[in-house]
This record gives sequence, structure tokens and C-alpha cells, in this order.
Amino acid sequence: MEDWGDVMFAYIMRRLLMLIPVLLGMTLITFSIVHLIPGNPAQVILGETASAQAIADLEENMGLTEPYFVQYGIYLTDLLQGDLGTSLRSKSAISSEIWPYIAATFELTVFAMLFAIFIGVNAGIISAWKQNTWFDYLAMLIALIGVSMPVFWLALMEQWVFAQELGWLPAYGRQESRDPIAAITHFYVLDSLIHLDFDRTVTILKHLVLPSIALGTIPMAIIARMTRSSMLEVMKSDYIRTVRAKGSGQFLIIYKHALKNAMIPVLTVIGLQAGVLLGGAILTETIFSWPGIGRYVYEAISYRDYPVIQSGILVIAFIFVMINLIVDILYKKIDPRIKY
Amino acid sequence: MSEIVLEIKDLSTHFFTDRGEVPAIEQVSIRVHKGEVVGIVGESGCGKSVTSLSIMQLVPSPPGKIVSGEINFKGEDLAPASEKRMKKIRGNEISMIFQEPMTSLNPLFTIGNQMIEALRIHQKVSKKEAREKSIEMLKLVGIPRAESIIDEYPHQLSGGMRQRVMIAMSMSCNPELLIADEPTTALDVTIQAQILELMRKLNKEKDTAILLITHDLGVVADICDRVIVMYSGQVVEEGTKREVLKDPKHPYSKGLIRSIPKLHGREEKLYSIPGTVPKPKMDRIGCRFAPRCEFAFERCFKENPGLYPTGDGRSSRCFLYDKSEGDKKINAATNKEATIGG
Repeated sequence: MEDWGDVMFAYIMRRLLMLIPVLLGMTLITFSIVHLIPGNPAQVILGETASAQAIADLEENMGLTEPYFVQYGIYLTDLLQGDLGTSLRSKSAISSEIWPYIAATFELTVFAMLFAIFIGVNAGIISAWKQNTWFDYLAMLIALIGVSMPVFWLALMEQWVFAQELGWLPAYGRQESRDPIAAITHFYVLDSLIHLDFDRTVTILKHLVLPSIALGTIPMAIIARMTRSSMLEVMKSDYIRTVRAKGSGQFLIIYKHALKNAMIPVLTVIGLQAGVLLGGAILTETIFSWPGIGRYVYEAISYRDYPVIQSGILVIAFIFVMINLIVDILYKKIDPRIKY
Repeated sequence: MSEIVLEIKDLSTHFFTDRGEVPAIEQVSIRVHKGEVVGIVGESGCGKSVTSLSIMQLVPSPPGKIVSGEINFKGEDLAPASEKRMKKIRGNEISMIFQEPMTSLNPLFTIGNQMIEALRIHQKVSKKEAREKSIEMLKLVGIPRAESIIDEYPHQLSGGMRQRVMIAMSMSCNPELLIADEPTTALDVTIQAQILELMRKLNKEKDTAILLITHDLGVVADICDRVIVMYSGQVVEEGTKREVLKDPKHPYSKGLIRSIPKLHGREEKLYSIPGTVPKPKMDRIGCRFAPRCEFAFERCFKENPGLYPTGDGRSSRCFLYDKSEGDKKINAATNKEATIGG
């Protein structure tokens, strides 16, 4: 038998190679979207009153008169050098200003997913275990409500109850705006730990609670339902009967044998949902004044800041692809039968 | 006969479904002695598997439930035993192997992991000792390269090998009784013979009693000492292998044996018992087999037959053997059979 490490390494390398066409396709799409939608960036930059000559000059200057494939070539070359272009609005390099936004969204997504996975998976397991009991009915009812509830409504309700009425948790932002953190990585939880400033960690975590729950509720509900049905399916299988016949206890049956098998489809859902969160955080970020990538792109759209829109979409797509790569690697880790 | 390991008395297991109560097995009584191989034969749906799962209390519940009867295992009644008690029995004193070797092992854990788990549940042994014991068991069931197979996953093995692994795992705690629920049905014929031979070998070497569930009379002829014939949830006949195969008493057993293709002889068409197995339902009146039985008479449709002794210690659930019917009936039946050309 081959060494496990070698198998894993070969598998990961193959998956990375398969990413190349995906990434190229992504750049082509972001490039096309921006060039196919109406609106002239030169016009936007110079304003309504600019003369036709000035607009033409700027277009020439920005390379907008070149054929599309040449423009795409330039775009790709720049990307490979880590150059995401220059924001039309702030006139600074996007690569230098986008990071804090990415970090903010990433931090929020991670906490939302942790919430969704922890609650969702456990609720699903217990529901399957105690099928057709009050717990099962209650958990599935909550899951149904969770799926059907509009995120903005949940977010506003949270703010009203927990921030406004009870005053337990802050309603806006990533931190106290009067006392900003000296950011290093821009993952504020991590930064505060690096500074050994644990009071600040608590404050930052408090800021994360409401938006994480708002963002994580739908994935939580989907994961709970998926885990439940997957567990029920697995519990009927022959190998679970074998485990019972061996004399194993219920805990071992459920948390070792059934859960690992049931996690395979759940993992797919988790990967997809993580992607949805990254892209779908705009609403939550807006309501909670969260300075994330969603809001960065949203503002860019209203200014027709094409390079920023392009880069924002590209970054979100890139993270999505990466998350799915991680999911694929986890598949292989869980299921030895998978081959590519 | 040596001491009795398992004695099932009047066991009834019913399923409580949305469409009402369904008796899967009714008043089944089975006795297994130490070191004996007992076969339970019958068509699909006759209650063989439910009987075996009931012994282990592995009948899916709900909807299945043991409603009456005793399962005496070494003097202890397992029918009312708690789940905690059953966990100590399962895999340790009574173990079980199943029909589908392809799906009976967890695909996500190595053979070793699953075998070691089985050992460590019941015995206070270190991981290392359990691993050594597992390798030893794999060798015993004839698995080549046991030292490396133990670290492989089930999908890397063939069906026959997986069934060997299942047997190794089920035998690792030296159970008194091994229940084998159609262990060879999913395997091809040559592998079938090997697996049966292996079971026979373990039975002889370890003196483990085996309760073999099968629908294959060939398997019975191969390794069983005694045979129990079941039909529609009831035991209809019991006897030694030779007696039942050579001289079946119950019309159903006669039919079963007549429907085996013979190597010699020139029957134009293979015999088959007319009709199909009836769906079990509550409070049925009359012999279950009567609608398909060529010897059936009026009483068969009006009363439920008991188990009547047929002499030489055997019994048959058929009115033909009820003394009050007199010898006439039996003679009539025998004559009829003779004319049919048995």
C-alpha cells in the first residue's frame, strides 16, 4: 500500500492543477461582466460636463480603446503580478486597500460558519437520534423558520432586542470606534490576541455575535436538516447493524460510525454555504455597518468604480474556489474510496 | 445430547405498522446445543431473519417488538433483557454475520479499526494486544497478508474476503453462538463453499454453536446437523439433516425438497410449489400452508395445526400427523405421493 502522505500530496497537487482552468475562467467572466454592462468609466471619472474630447483622451489613456483581448491580456498580466488595478474613486492601488475588507468579511464568515456548523450538525444529530420526539419536531421547526426568515429582518430584530432593548451587545461595527485597534493582520480577534489585549478580544467577540447569528442562521438551518436526513439514512445501513451486533454503545455508533458517513453530503452543503455567505454578506454587512468586501463592492457599484467591482468579485470567487478545494481535500481525508 | 446453549420458547415478534399489527413470527421454538450447527430454512419472508434478529434484540424498533416468549441463553432469558445487558452479550457471547458482506463493514474505517473496536468493547486489552489478536483471527479465517490487510479499507477487498473479515470479527471474542444470516447468499459458488468450510472448521475447532439462516438446501446439506423448516412465521418441521432431507414429513418440506433440480433423472419440468407465501396478518385461522397444499382437507382450513410428533423424536405442524385423524390420512398421503412419483 502506498504511503498515506504521498497519496494525499498527489491528490492535492492534482486538485491544484485542476484549479488553473477554473481560475482563468473566473478572470474571463469578471472581465466580461464589467465590459458588457453599460456605462462609461471615463465619463464617470470626468463627470457629466466633460467634453467629448476629454473623455476620448482619457479612454485612450486608460487603454479602453484597445481590442478586448488585448485589454484582457493586460489585465491577466497585471493580476499575475499582484496588481488588481487602481480604484477610480480613491486613486490608490486596490491591492493595498482591499485587504482589511477581505479580513473583515472573512472573520465574520468564519464565525457565522462556526455557529452554523456547531449548532446545525449537533441539532441534526440529536434530531436523528431522537427521531419523532419533541426535540426533533422543535429543532426542525426552528430550522424551517431559520430557512424561511429574511436575513435583513432577523438582523433588525436582533439589533432591536439585544442591542436596543436589552443593551447586551453592540449593534454596529467591528469594534468601539472611539478606541480603534492597531491592526496587524486585520483579523481583529487575532490582532487583539497578538497584542495580549484580552479585554479588547471580548469587545471584538461581542461585536461579532449579532452579525454572525444573522449571517449564520440560514446555513445553520440547512446544515441541521441535511445532517438529520443524512444521519437517518446512514443509521439504516448494514454496517451500522454490524456495529450494533458487535455490542458497541449508542455513542460510539452515532458519533463514530454514523457521523463520519453522514458528514460526506453535509460537507458539500457546508462548502457551498460558506461560498454563499462570502457573496451574500452584503446585506448583513450593510445593516451592521461591517466594513467588509460586500460593502466595498456595493459602494464601488454605486460609483461605477469598475476596477474595484472586478477585483471584489474576483476575490470573492477566488475564496469560494479555495473553500471548495478545502472541502475536496476533506472529502479525501474522510472517504478513502474517493479517487480523482 | 450435550448441554443446551440456546432455547427459544414460543417466541412471537410482531411489527406495529401504520396498517396495523403484523405477526412476523409466531410461537417459534428452537433449541441449539453446544457445538451444534442448526439450519433454519424457508422462503423469503418466512421469518428466518426476524427470528435471528430477535435473539440479538436487533429488530428495528419501532416498529418491531417481541410480544411474547422466552429466549433462554445459558439459563438467562434475553427476551426482557435491558439494552445494557444486551450490549454485553452482542459480539461477545452471541455474535452475528450478515448476508451482505459488501455493505456490512463501515467503508470509512480500516479493517483493523473495526476489529479492534469489537475486541476492546468486551475485553480489557491494549490497542496493541487487540491488534495482534485481530491479525491472528484474520490468519485463522484464511486471509493472506493479514498484517497488511488489517490496515486496508473494506473497498479494497473482495466480497468473499469481506465475509471472512466479518467472520474473523464475529469470532474474535470466542462467542458461544454464531448466528449467520444467509452468509453465503451474495457470494459466488466457489467462494460459498470456502466460507461454509471455514464455518465448519471454526465450529469444530472452537466448539461454537452456529445458527445458520438460509434458503438454500444445498447449504443445509453441506454443514448442518439439524434443520428447522419455517413457513409464514411458524416452525413447520424439525429434525436432523438426514431425516428432513431424505424423509420430509410436512407437505411444505416435501415440496421444498421436490423442487431441487436433480442431476440424474429426467423430469421434464422442475417442480415448484403452486401459489405464493401468504402475507402475515393477525388471527389467521387454518393451516398457513393449506391453500398451497395438495393434501389439504376440510380441517386444514378451519383449525390451526399444532406441532404433532411424527415418531423418532421429530415433529411436524400438520394434521396428517394428528393421532385423532387416524392412520388413514397418513396412508392416503403416502399413497398419493407414491403415485405422483416421488
